[in-house]
Amino acid sequence: MRPRFVALAAAVAVAGTLASCGGGDGSELTIYSGRTKELVEPLLERFADETGIDIAVKYGDSAELALLIDTEGDRSPADVFFSQSPGAIGFLDGRGRLVELPAGVLDAVPERFHARDGDWVGVSGRVRVIVYNTRETAPDEVPDSVFDLTGPEYRGRVGLAPTNGSFQDFVTTMRALVGDDRTLEWLTAMRENGARTYPNNIAIREAVARGEIDFGLVNHYYNEQAKAEDPDTPTENHFLPGGDPGSMILTAAVGVLDTAGDRRADAERLVEFLLSREAQEYFAEETFEYPLAAGVEPATDLPPLDQLEAPPVDLSDLGGGLERTRELIRDSGLERA
Amino acid sequence: MATAAARLRAGAGAPPALAVAAVVTGAAFAAPLAYLCWYVLGLGSGFVELLRAEDVAGPLRRTLALATSVSASAAVVGTLLAWLAVRTDLPGRRVLRVVAPLPLVVPSFVGAFALVAMFAPGGLAESVLGIDRLPVIEGFWAAWAVLTLLTYPYVYLPVAARLAALPPSLEESARALGRRPAAVFRTIVLPQTSGAMSAGALLVFLYCLSEFGAVKQLRYDTLTTAIYSARVDRDVGLSLSLVLAAAALAVAAAERRVARRRVLTEAVAPAATTLRVALGRWRLPAVVFTVGVVGTALVVPVVVLAHWTVRGLLGDAELHAPDLIRPAATSAALGAAAAAAAVAAVLPLAFLTTRYRSASGEAATAMVVTGFALPGLVLALALVYLVLESPLADALYQTYGLLVFAYVVHFGTQALGAAQVAVGGVPARLDEAARALGAGRARRLATVQLPLMRPGLLAGAGLVLLSTMKELPATLILAPPGTETLATRIWGATEDGFFALAGSAALVLLAVSAVLTYVLTIGPAAGSRS
Repeated sequence: MRPRFVALAAAVAVAGTLASCGGGDGSELTIYSGRTKELVEPLLERFADETGIDIAVKYGDSAELALLIDTEGDRSPADVFFSQSPGAIGFLDGRGRLVELPAGVLDAVPERFHARDGDWVGVSGRVRVIVYNTRETAPDEVPDSVFDLTGPEYRGRVGLAPTNGSFQDFVTTMRALVGDDRTLEWLTAMRENGARTYPNNIAIREAVARGEIDFGLVNHYYNEQAKAEDPDTPTENHFLPGGDPGSMILTAAVGVLDTAGDRRADAERLVEFLLSREAQEYFAEETFEYPLAAGVEPATDLPPLDQLEAPPVDLSDLGGGLERTRELIRDSGLERA
Repeated sequence: MATAAARLRAGAGAPPALAVAAVVTGAAFAAPLAYLCWYVLGLGSGFVELLRAEDVAGPLRRTLALATSVSASAAVVGTLLAWLAVRTDLPGRRVLRVVAPLPLVVPSFVGAFALVAMFAPGGLAESVLGIDRLPVIEGFWAAWAVLTLLTYPYVYLPVAARLAALPPSLEESARALGRRPAAVFRTIVLPQTSGAMSAGALLVFLYCLSEFGAVKQLRYDTLTTAIYSARVDRDVGLSLSLVLAAAALAVAAAERRVARRRVLTEAVAPAATTLRVALGRWRLPAVVFTVGVVGTALVVPVVVLAHWTVRGLLGDAELHAPDLIRPAATSAALGAAAAAAAVAAVLPLAFLTTRYRSASGEAATAMVVTGFALPGLVLALALVYLVLESPLADALYQTYGLLVFAYVVHFGTQALGAAQVAVGGVPARLDEAARALGAGRARRLATVQLPLMRPGLLAGAGLVLLSTMKELPATLILAPPGTETLATRIWGATEDGFFALAGSAALVLLAVSAVLTYVLTIGPAAGSRS
C-alpha cells in the first residue's frame, strides 16, 4: 500500500511542476493553430529562432479553436489564428474578431486567396480531387466532373464526407457556381445513387485504398501523405479540368486577432514570415501543399498552380454561406444516410 | 450494517461537515450545467423551435437505443469477465487481470478506426487471412460492438473489486452443497455484485450519451454528432447538450431508485487464501469467451497500430523518442492528478449518500452524474466562459489546475460509483466498535474504513485515470499552450495521415496504461490471489 501512495504522490507532484512551468507569462506571441503540430511546428520554430520572438502554440481543431476564441471574447490570450480552412477563419471574421492585415501582406497572394475585407490571407492550398483505386479503375475512366458521378455506372462506388469542413466548403463553391437548386439536386442525386458517407478525407482515402469504394471526393493532400508512409498504396489523385467545383482550392489561412494588442506587430511579422519564400518552400516540400506566394512551385509530381483549372470563386464567400450549405446537405438526406 | 440501516430508517441527520462538503462538491459539479441552463433560458421559445428544426427526436432515439444496448451487453461481459478473473480457476487469469481493464484506454475513434482497418472489405483480415468480401463496418451494430468492447471495463473494474472484497464463505458453502459453477454464479455472485454491476452499467450508459469518436467514425448519427456538426452554432450545440443532460439525470435517478444501497454482505479483509470455483466442463467455453472479448478489444487495435507503425517506418516516416516520452509523462501525470482529486472530491458525498438519507446528497449526486453526460467540448467551453467571467480568471485560465478540475467534473461520477460501493461494504459494527473504544472520526477513517475501502477506491481512481489518459476534446480546449498528451498527439497524427506516429503513440498509451492499471487495481487484490 505504501509504495502505491508514494507513486501517486510523486505523480501529483510531477503534475504540479508541470502546472507551474506550463502556460507562460503572457509576453509571448500566442498562436492558436487549427493546423496540426505535425505539419507546422518546425516552421513556427524556425520563425521563433530567426526573429527571437517567443511563441506559445495551442493546437486543435480549426472550428473548435474558432469557437474557443469567440467564447473567450476580449479576454482571449490568442494573438494569431492559423486556420486549416477558410470556413473557420471566416466565422471569426464574421464575428468581427480579426484586424485588417497590411496591404503588402495581402498583395503577396492572388486576390482570390485573401479575404475581401483584408482580414485574413491564405498561405498554402489543398486542391479538391477525385482519389481513385488504380486496381479497379484506369486513369482515363475517372470522370472529369463531379456532376458525372450521379450516373448509373458510379452507383455505390463513390465516397464523400458530408459533415466534414472541406466537403462543406466544396458544396459552398458549387452553390456559388451553379446555384442552390442545382446543388441540392446534385446532393440528392448522389444519395440516390448510393454514395457512401465517411467521417472525413482520411477515412475516404483508406476506404478507396481497401477497395471498399472506387472513388472519393477528397483533398489532394491525403494521398500524397499516404504514399509517403506506404508507397505501394493503390490510389491516385485525379485533378478535374474545366473549372469544375470538384477542383476548388482550399486555403489554410492566417489572421491577426483583435486581442493581439501590443503584440500586433509581432503577429504581422509571423504572417509575413508564412508568406516568405522560406515558408512557402516548406509547404511545397514538407506538406505536399500548394504554395500561394513568392513564386514558389509545388512539389514536382503535382500539376503547377497556374495549370489547375480551379473554379473562379472568391474564398471570402465560403465562411458566410456555411449555414445554408449545412441546410442543403441535411435536406438532401446525405448526412443521415 | 444493521445499525446503519436503522439509522437510514430513522432518518438520522448527517454530520454537518459531511453535508457542507457534499453541497460544495455538488455546486462545483453543477457549474457547467448551470451555464447551459442559463444560456438556453436566454433563448426562450427559440429553444423549442430549434429542437423542432434540428429534428431532435431521431438523434435522441438513436442515442438512447445505443446507450441502452451497450450498457446491457457491457454489464454481461464485464461481470462475467470479473468473475472468471477473480473467482475461478480460469487458465491465465493473472494476465487477464492486467489486460481486462485496458480497452477502456483505447480512444474510441482509434478503436473504431482500427476495427474498420481490420475487418472492413479489403482490410487486414481479408488480405492476411484471405477471407472473402466482409461487410462494410458502419451503423448501429458496428457502434454497438465497438462501444461494448471498449466500455465493459466500467463494469469489470467495480465488480472485480467487489468480488475481491467479498467473503468467499458463501460460494464455499454453495459449492459444498454441490452447486455447479453456473448455479453458483447465478445464485451467489450475481446478487452480491448487482450493486457494483448496475453502478458500472450506468457509467457505460452515460459514456455512450457523450460518446463522439466511434459514432462519428462508424456513421451512426446521434445527438453528439449533431452537436459537433453544428459546432460553431452555439444555440444548437448547447440546446442539444441540455437534452443529453436531461436524459442522463432521468436515467441516473431511475438507477438510484432501483439499486438503492444494494450491498447485501459486508466486506471483510480479503482472506489469505480464497477458494476458487473449478470451472470443470465450462473451462473451454470460458476460455473461448475471454479470448474472444479481450482479443477483439485489445489484439485487433494492437495489431493494426503495430502495422501502421511498421509500414510507416518502412516508408518515409520518422519517429523520435521525445515525441512519445514527453506526452506519455504528461498524460500519466494528468491522469494521476485527476484520479486522486476525483476520489478526494467525491468521498464525503459517498459517505453521505451511503450512510444517511440526505436530499442534498441526492442532488449533489445528480450533478456529479451530469458531468459525464456532457460532451467534453461543451463542458470545456462552459468552463472557459465561467472562468473568464469570474474575478479569478487570470489565476485560473490556461492552467493545469483548471484542466484537472474539468477532468474531475467530467469523470467524477466514475469515482463516486466505486466509492459508494466501497463505503457500503464497510461493516458498520467495526465502526461502532472503534467509536466505543474512543477512536475519533479521523482515526476511524484511517485505521478502519480506508483499509477496507481501498480496493474499491483504487478501482474508482483507476477508472478516472484511464478515462483521463484518453480524453481529447476538453484537453484540446483547456490545456495551456504547448501541452501535449498522448491523446492529442494521436489525434493530430491521424488528422493529417501520420499513421506511424499515431500507431506508435497509441501503443505507448496502452503500455503506460497497463503499468498504471497494474499498480492501481491489481496490486490491491494481491491478498486474495491464489
